[in-house]
Amino acid sequence: MSILDTAKQAAAGVLSKLRPETPPDPLIARQATPGKHGSLGTSVPRIDGPRKVRGKARFAAEVPAEHLTYGALVFSSIPRGRIASLDTAAAEAAPGVVLVMTHRNAPRMKPPAGFMSDPRAAGSSTLPVMQDASIHWNGEPVAIVLADSQEQADHAATLVAVTYEAAPARLNFAQQISQSHQPESVLGEPPMIETGDAEAALAGAPIKVDITYETPRHSHAAIEPHAATVWWDGEDLVIHDTTQMLHQTRWTLAGVFGIPENRIRILSPFVGGGFGGKGLWNHQILAVAAAKLAGRPVRLALSREAVFRIAGGRTLTRQRVALGAKADGTLAALIHTGTVAMTEHNNCPEQFTFPARHLYSAETFLLEQRVTDMDMLANTFMRAPGESVGTFALETAMDELAERLAVDPIELRRRLEPQQDPTSGLAFSSRHMLKTFTDGAARFGWDRRNPVPGSRREGEWLIGLGVATATYPYYRMPGGAARITLTRDGEARVAMASHEMGMGTATVQAQASADRLGLPVERVTFEYGDTALPHGTVAGGSSQTATIAAAVTAASGKLIADLLQRAGNDSPLAGLSAAEVEARDGGLGHREKPELFESYASILSRAGLEELVAEADAPPPGEAKQFSMHSYGAQFCEVRVNAVTGETRVSRFLGSFDCGRILNPRMATSQFRGGIIMGLGLALMEETQFDERSGRVMNPSLAEYHVPVHADVPEIDVIWTDIADPRAPLGAHGIGEIGITGVGAAVANAVYNATGKRVRSLPITLDKLL
Amino acid sequence: MPITINGQSVAVPTDPRVSLLDLLREHLHLSGTKKGCNQGACGACTVLADGERILSCLALAVQFEGRSVLSIEGITDDGALHPLQQAFIEHDGYQCGYCTPGQICSAIGMASEIERGVPSAVTADLASDSIDLTHEELRERMSGNLCRCGAHNGIVDAISETYASRTGASRPAVAEIAE
Ligand code: FES
Ligand code: FES
Repeated sequence: MSILDTAKQAAAGVLSKLRPETPPDPLIARQATPGKHGSLGTSVPRIDGPRKVRGKARFAAEVPAEHLTYGALVFSSIPRGRIASLDTAAAEAAPGVVLVMTHRNAPRMKPPAGFMSDPRAAGSSTLPVMQDASIHWNGEPVAIVLADSQEQADHAATLVAVTYEAAPARLNFAQQISQSHQPESVLGEPPMIETGDAEAALAGAPIKVDITYETPRHSHAAIEPHAATVWWDGEDLVIHDTTQMLHQTRWTLAGVFGIPENRIRILSPFVGGGFGGKGLWNHQILAVAAAKLAGRPVRLALSREAVFRIAGGRTLTRQRVALGAKADGTLAALIHTGTVAMTEHNNCPEQFTFPARHLYSAETFLLEQRVTDMDMLANTFMRAPGESVGTFALETAMDELAERLAVDPIELRRRLEPQQDPTSGLAFSSRHMLKTFTDGAARFGWDRRNPVPGSRREGEWLIGLGVATATYPYYRMPGGAARITLTRDGEARVAMASHEMGMGTATVQAQASADRLGLPVERVTFEYGDTALPHGTVAGGSSQTATIAAAVTAASGKLIADLLQRAGNDSPLAGLSAAEVEARDGGLGHREKPELFESYASILSRAGLEELVAEADAPPPGEAKQFSMHSYGAQFCEVRVNAVTGETRVSRFLGSFDCGRILNPRMATSQFRGGIIMGLGLALMEETQFDERSGRVMNPSLAEYHVPVHADVPEIDVIWTDIADPRAPLGAHGIGEIGITGVGAAVANAVYNATGKRVRSLPITLDKLL
Repeated sequence: MPITINGQSVAVPTDPRVSLLDLLREHLHLSGTKKGCNQGACGACTVLADGERILSCLALAVQFEGRSVLSIEGITDDGALHPLQQAFIEHDGYQCGYCTPGQICSAIGMASEIERGVPSAVTADLASDSIDLTHEELRERMSGNLCRCGAHNGIVDAISETYASRTGASRPAVAEIAE
């Protein structure tokens, strides 16, 4: 995002403050008696459940096509330099080979527009794709082979002979930190926030901690590898992709290939896990280019190794947290600074200082994000980018401070509870963070924790409890539109090109739309996953639920106005304005007079219509500019650490959350647990290992990049406040990302309580505990 | 000799490099069996070969001549939901659904291993002729099936509800459910 955009955003913020506040979503009040009125707040089973358990949900790599070719990639083996020689003859002569594409014969393509450079852009990197001999990271594709079968393509790819002229590369993070600089902005916010003289306040504080924390690179490791099945139909391009940014990918590819957007259709009805990683990478561009050259459809299903080589993950961080406390435990200084590795050709600065901007009161703040450019695959957004690793540092430091102060960690958070947003000064829209601690502590049995580390032992096992704050911002994305098609038989189809990656999008939006339109949920379908539908926004920032709901609300307003107009003078609704009616019981009725009611079927049939369509854009998301809107939580963890082997097992876990209204308890539980479990991976095992000599990822497989397995995951208890945020559509905040935040620190703090050892560098592997 | 896949007779592929997984997915368009790693690390490709759970990505199709393979599409023969599939829906044992067919096939195979008294690393009494399907046993035995969405709790609940009452001392007919 450019400085200009940032300035524009700031100006918009000022304007929106002057705007009158919009009234709360009427569905918040109506939801008060779930079951009686509508389906929000009830555990409607996933609409796509039967397809998923039968294996009938079709993913991008599974779409059949006539005369399909299969792609395989060849990766550079140096991090920076040039291709010196390239011999494709043997590969071209191999059985079944249809095409070998390299920079020599690839069509000319413009570089992709980078994500965040424009709201419509999706490029994970702005590097040109296979346009010349230059190499920018170890693993960059240097050739794509197409063959009649995957076996033939894989074999032929091994026959492509490449030599390189290597150039010096920046690979050592510790060395590169001295070259770091502030990024222009951090997701539209300033890279640095400074109030008062925090360093001086720290120096003068009677009790302080000043500690460095480190977190490694992470991989999303969605079980479905990235894949695209693509074909050209004359000038039209069809892409079956697995993506969390449909329209943004379309706009960006239109620019890369110099064709109009409306000649491209991208479909992505199911995404086998995204977590931020399913964006626009080299493979879609290469598949489309190769399909053009070969004149045949292409399936490029990345191998697991290829995912690690060409689809980026979370970057590594080095963070400093310094807390200067007064004797009463309040903060004189809160400092959170640090550096992450990035590249010159992407914009993902891993916003690890964001939690400290909004969580605790302090007299002075110094919060600074820096980046250092390295020669590596572009890093990207991964579940709670910034907040996940930022809360590890901040919340471990809070635990360290609580110990120095000899106060309970929960009591410390009580003393630091701010009355308004501590850095923006905005009023909180809905903040019940302390309640999450109180409720969680009671349920978890926090009072049984002995603050003296190492004091609880059962045989070989040391047992400890830890707690940490979870937090994630409320986001609603601009630019979405929804269409409602109401049919004469009283059914509604609601459509928006949004994404289902396991969050339950279609189910919860069918619930919300049903309540919005006064229809039973069985009569509503939600269509998504196709750029032929009204414009969708990125499935990121836990924003989809609010974003879609705002667009559907706008469309339903239009639909109701149109219905009233068409109802005519013979209708019981004659003469009523939109403000006087509400959608209920399969039709429209006067808000106070039950007798003034007409069903949709009756309105449409009198008007001689089979169906009525309304489409509208969502209003711009002003609410988060007027208020500090965030979700909160308290993560409670019990670990057992083996005194002999140093092995850590998580034996109990409770997440207690304040995320506005919970719309579907069963699916919400799954979302929270999913985030927490990824957090257990972050805490205990996950690390994408990067060879600082060669720039090569050393563990590009699921056998060596470890994620939590069944044996690592205890029963995870989840509770929530269920207090609606009056400024959010449906009263709800997104819940996909907050679950991972705070988990690293909750585990680390529990490990400390068990063993007396502070691990300040993730993951907490047993070698660090011996 | 052909392979029997979900009751249908299928010719072995001419290219001996074709894995059982790719035979299913690319040749037969039985894409319910998923590919998560193609190297034996994730379990997404689990199918039942003569009732045993196997990783079809590590199996060459030609090895299965004359044998009978069941994929997710074939675990019930009338199109109805298997009780375990129903339990996955009830317990939300999935999110994205990509690991799901592998989890279900694996659990069916696991339940018959329990029934046959095959011990695991956490089985305390190796001499006992009945094994209780405790959560610990179940988690240990299902750990070859990764789920990145974090649906572990729902998966464990779905499997134990389906099989817990059918295992242990009474030695139930898991095979009946598997059919
Ligand atoms: S695809 Fe076979 S184990 Fe991963
Ligand atoms: S449900 Fe997505 S990987 Fe298991």
